[in-house]
Amino acid sequence: MPETLVFYLLSGLAIGASAIVIGQRNPMYSVMMLIASFGALAGLYVQLDAPFVAVAQIIIYAGAIMVLFLFVVMLLNASRENAAEWDRSHPLRQPAVVRFGGLLALLLVVQLAWALLSARGLAGPVGARGGAETVSSVRVLGRVLFTDYVFAFEATSILILVAMVGAVVLARREGEGS
Amino acid sequence: MIPLSHYLIVSAVLFTIGTAGVFLRRNFITILLSIEIMLNAVNLTFVAFGRQQGGVDGQIIVFFVMAVAAAEAAVGLAIVIGLYRHRESLNPDAFASLKW
Repeated sequence: MPETLVFYLLSGLAIGASAIVIGQRNPMYSVMMLIASFGALAGLYVQLDAPFVAVAQIIIYAGAIMVLFLFVVMLLNASRENAAEWDRSHPLRQPAVVRFGGLLALLLVVQLAWALLSARGLAGPVGARGGAETVSSVRVLGRVLFTDYVFAFEATSILILVAMVGAVVLARREGEGS
Repeated sequence: MIPLSHYLIVSAVLFTIGTAGVFLRRNFITILLSIEIMLNAVNLTFVAFGRQQGGVDGQIIVFFVMAVAAAEAAVGLAIVIGLYRHRESLNPDAFASLKW
């Protein structure tokens, strides 16, 4: 049963760290906790026989994207969020709106539970139908990525280029250059 | 072996946490972090279903989701920096005039 134990440990870590991300008001701690959550998710990917996705999760998410967030948090020196005036006077805090939103959230929980309980084929252990062929090997992954999905791959490269140019243009100071 | 439904439940909980963060928090940085939580919940679903079906397609989609997440984070943080220069604030309520 060590496998099950590890699964529940990693799941609890991911969910708990994510809850802390939105549960406290210091953006620096939020970013750190999100890195912990991503690490736990990488462990879950290893359990799902997807080691390359796990490594990419660590390198891209925890390594690149979170460092970008950390950089912006430090650049803006945004230590704590000031929500005192919002807590008192926001229209979303009116009791009727709160009750309506709570009702919608309850409805969503009931629907999710109903969908998960009524769907068939979910109770079996994951990967039982996968067979013994190593679907997770990087060789298979690369071959599929550069044959079946080559158009999406190239489109992604253009997307990244556009995002890079857009970020440079948006973050530039106005009235600077031409 | 862990049933597929357990992975789906973990993913649903993570997605709900992300959605709650977007709606409840008043900080641009935390809102972007919540969006990242949601994207990761969806990634977990893709990998779990891909493992269940025995194909490699789920993992491929995860790579594209990661690329889109990187692009979204870059552009979103650039917008946050631009907004902060205008008002010296990260509270979305300070920019309510953008709605009209």
